[in-house]
Amino acid sequence: MIVREWLFLTMAACDAAEPWQLGFQDAATPMMQGIIDLHHDIFFFLILILVFVLRILVRALWHFHYQKNPIPQRIVHGTTIEILRTIFPSIIPMFIAIPSFALLYSMDEVVVDPAITIKAIGHQWYRTYEYSDYNSSDEQSLTFDSYTIPEDDLELGQSRLLEVDNRVVVPAKTHLRIIVTSADVLHSWAVPSSGVKCDAVPGRLNQISISVQREGVYYGQCSEICGTNHAFTRAPGNIGRLLSPLWLSRTTRGATHPRSKLLQRAAGAVGSQGARQ
Amino acid sequence: MADEIELKTAPADFRFPTTNQTRHCFSRYIEFHRCLAEKGEGSNQCERFARYYRSLCPGEWIDKWNEQRENGTFPGPL
Repeated sequence: MIVREWLFLTMAACDAAEPWQLGFQDAATPMMQGIIDLHHDIFFFLILILVFVLRILVRALWHFHYQKNPIPQRIVHGTTIEILRTIFPSIIPMFIAIPSFALLYSMDEVVVDPAITIKAIGHQWYRTYEYSDYNSSDEQSLTFDSYTIPEDDLELGQSRLLEVDNRVVVPAKTHLRIIVTSADVLHSWAVPSSGVKCDAVPGRLNQISISVQREGVYYGQCSEICGTNHAFTRAPGNIGRLLSPLWLSRTTRGATHPRSKLLQRAAGAVGSQGARQ
Repeated sequence: MADEIELKTAPADFRFPTTNQTRHCFSRYIEFHRCLAEKGEGSNQCERFARYYRSLCPGEWIDKWNEQRENGTFPGPL
C-alpha cells in the first residue's frame, strides 16, 4: 500500500477521457477497482469462448469445400459431445457469477455512516451543489452553481468541455454520501473514475456512497439526455487532502461566515486555474 | 488546526436502506416539526432532526414545504 501511494506521486492518473481511449479510467474508489477486477475476470472467459468458437467456425468452413470433401458427413447423434457441450457452458457462467454477485452485494453494503452529505442537483444545463451539514437555520447552505467553461474561455492545458468554473471540493478517504436529484428534467451524475453513475430524477433523491482513495481532479459528464446542451453539462470534482484544516474551517462555519465565501471563491479559482497546479 | 473538527452528517437510517432517500428526507422533516409541536418552539432537542433534514433535503424543497406549512397546505402528517 505504501509503495502504491508513492507511485501515485510519479505517475499521472487517468481521470478524464483520453483521446482514442479504449479501457477504463484509473480507479479512485474501491467500487471502481471492484468493477475493473470483475471486468478482467469476465474478459478472460470471454476470450476463451471467443477463440474456441472462432476455431470451430473457421475449421468447419475450411473443411466444407466441394473438392476436398465432396461427400459431407451426416451425423445426427453424438451423446458424449452433447453432454459435454451442455455441461461445459453451464459451468462457465458459474465462474462468472461468483465474482459478479460478490461485487454486487458488496456495493450495497453499508459499513459505516457517511461523514459528509453533498447534494448534486441537476439543472438544464448546469449543476448546483449544496453542502448543508453545518447549517444553523434553513437558509444558510453553502451552495454554488457549476457551469462548463465555454471553449472560448479555456486556458492552455485545460480539457475542452470537461472543465467547470466551480468544482465540487471534497475530502479524500472519507465516506461521502452524494444525494443526486434534479430541478427540471432527467439528468445523470457520472464520474467514471469513481465508478459512479446515478440518475437525477426530479422529485426523487438518489443516494450514492463513495470513498475516494486518492487526491486529484476527477471529471464526469451528464449521462442522461436532458435537452440541447446535454453534451455540454459536466460534473467534475476536486478531491482534497483528508481533514485539510483550511477546507474544514471554511465549510463548518456555515455559508454566511466570510471564510466559506473564500471556499466558494477557492472552488472557483481551482476550477479555472486547474491547469497550472 | 487548534480544534479538531468532526465531520458528521445524517446517519444511514436502516428504515431506508435503498438508493431512494426521498422518504428519508421527508420523514426527518416531519419528525422535526412533530418534535417542535410536542416540545415547543425553543427546544434544543429537536435540533438533531433539523440538522438531519437540512443535510438530506435540497434547499428548494425545504423552502417549498415551509411555505406550504405557512399556507396550511402541507400534505404531510405534521
